[in-house]
Amino acid sequence: MYKINRILLFIILAIGCSIQAKTIPVCVSCAVTSIKAGIAIAKDCDTLLIKKGTYKEYNILVDKPLTIIGEDFPVIDGEDKGEIIRIVSDEVTIDGLFIINVGTSYTSDYAAIRVVKSEHFLIQNVVLEKLFFGIYLEKSNNGKVYHNKIIGDAVDEYNSGNGIQLWYSKNIEVDRNIVQGVRDGIYLEFSDNITINNNISTKNLRYGLHFMFSNDDTYSNNTFENNGAGVAVMFSKRVKMYNNIFKKNWGTAAFGILLKEINDSEISGNIFEENTIGINIEGSNRINYTNNSFINNGWAVKVRGACYENKFTKNNFMYNSFDISYNSNLNDNVFDQNYWSEYTGYDLDKNGIGDVPYRPVKLFSYIVNRTPETIVLLRSLFMDIIDFSEKVSPVFTPDNLLDANPLMKKIK
Amino acid sequence: MLKILKYSFYDLMRSRWSYVYFLFYLVLGFVLLFLNNDVSKAVITLMNIIIVLVPLIGTIFGVMYYYNSKEFTELLLAQPIKRSSIFLGQYFGVAGSLTLSLVLGLGIPFVLYGLFKSDVIFNFTLLLITGAFLTLIFTVLAFIIAISNENKIKGFGYAVLTWLFLAVIYDGLFLMSLIIFEEYPLDSLSLGAILFNPIDLARTLILLKLDISALLGYTGAVFKQFFGTNLGLFISMGVLILWTVLPIGWLTFKAKHKDF
Repeated sequence: MYKINRILLFIILAIGCSIQAKTIPVCVSCAVTSIKAGIAIAKDCDTLLIKKGTYKEYNILVDKPLTIIGEDFPVIDGEDKGEIIRIVSDEVTIDGLFIINVGTSYTSDYAAIRVVKSEHFLIQNVVLEKLFFGIYLEKSNNGKVYHNKIIGDAVDEYNSGNGIQLWYSKNIEVDRNIVQGVRDGIYLEFSDNITINNNISTKNLRYGLHFMFSNDDTYSNNTFENNGAGVAVMFSKRVKMYNNIFKKNWGTAAFGILLKEINDSEISGNIFEENTIGINIEGSNRINYTNNSFINNGWAVKVRGACYENKFTKNNFMYNSFDISYNSNLNDNVFDQNYWSEYTGYDLDKNGIGDVPYRPVKLFSYIVNRTPETIVLLRSLFMDIIDFSEKVSPVFTPDNLLDANPLMKKIK
Repeated sequence: MLKILKYSFYDLMRSRWSYVYFLFYLVLGFVLLFLNNDVSKAVITLMNIIIVLVPLIGTIFGVMYYYNSKEFTELLLAQPIKRSSIFLGQYFGVAGSLTLSLVLGLGIPFVLYGLFKSDVIFNFTLLLITGAFLTLIFTVLAFIIAISNENKIKGFGYAVLTWLFLAVIYDGLFLMSLIIFEEYPLDSLSLGAILFNPIDLARTLILLKLDISALLGYTGAVFKQFFGTNLGLFISMGVLILWTVLPIGWLTFKAKHKDF
């Protein structure tokens, strides 16, 4: 009953909006010259049309269902004094604003746009620069963050904020945003059922995308490039990762994806290119890896331990310095029908599957795990020789860790 | 000295082995590019070959040439020519012709496959430079061994052993010591150990530019500084030059004091 009531209310509101909504123009020469004044005189469902110009305002509180539209990207300059827009009402749309100079604080997370306990919001075509936090969603559900551009100039992790942050929010769509130069590009904490598509997250100090305690989320077709440490998915369940591109995340602790305590997830159709470590797996179980391509990484997949029942099928492993690295000789993961560029076997019956199994863990990678400094012997003749002898008769590496059906041609 | 250099050089250029060596690299270059069709991938494969084969061929060629032209050397010694010019002339003749075969043999196929249009031209040049250095170093080592041993078999044996030691055994001992002392900080030790072996040095120098992703991802600040900045490049280049100059000095010293 409650639900039906809500739907009815929503319909009434929507119809009501379309009937009596009016547009209030805001500009220097208009009757209303500031956004705050505009919000004060606006009634529910009105539209504020903000014309081109610079508005030096902060702590703008949007407490009724409004549509705030900027014309030719009006600039809202917070002058580093604090938060800029705070939305505390349902049904708010923010469109086409250019927000700069968000204040930095170590006690409260000032954001360019903060949505608090609201529903059905839409934030689109917003450009944020010189920010602390960008778009901060707090206990707000069923909204959409679409086609925004967030360009930060963060230098240190401790005094910078995240581009798009979701905290206790559910059913949100984050689509076609560009985030760069902040701490975490997109950060999710306790947020379930989130869809993150077509975003480009680059040059961030820490992670391009960061999950914490967030379940049943999907991210696909995103590009993560040149971030401090790529994408971190931690302590979450049932996360789906499809068709993303992870590129050039390198440095001393850089990954394409860092998986920590992730269960029952899907990683499929992604491309990992030139990362120090393609995927770093720790304590993650029952994950299916299919149709991914690992190209030119230092380590394609690094398994740290406590990983059970993961399945790697139909992936391409090409020109990685190490394909798989294990730090124990126990194995409960399955590798089947992958393409390995280093596979040297033959296919006499011409069925496209190599007749000799492939062992992806080299002795060298085992040694490097034990004594990291030995990495300086990479590509030396001696290493090739002992790798070869280990391949012939495995002693140190798990002897059941093999791809029994390595493919002869790479998967398109 | 230049005259002797010229003589040795032309003598070698006319010999069959130079052509074989040149053709080998030519074919290798073409086959690699034909199979890979990607200049940057071919550079990586080539590195593996260069750091093993170039020293081996330099060593064997050097020893062989010294013993073969021994009678001619003795004839020259009877003339009023400085000893250092005789030996250095011969040495540079051998090393020069080997380097030329290497550079031309690999250069031609890569240029034909569009090296100048690709972005690996720097890596490739570096590869050729290190290859040239390795030739210079191992030829001079071979000359020193040959000059110290009258017995041909012994000389050959020592030369091949030197190659085997530097190419394989050294790394093995190095690895063992790293594992034995793994409790201690090893960054400086492992970087230091590289500098004492020209093959390791050449390999590192090329890896600096190629596989840096894997190298960078590990260990401490010392590695990061060495591999992450141009410091590593300068240091390894400098030590490589030292590795060439010092043995050449030793060779002249040996040549002056040898009793024929």
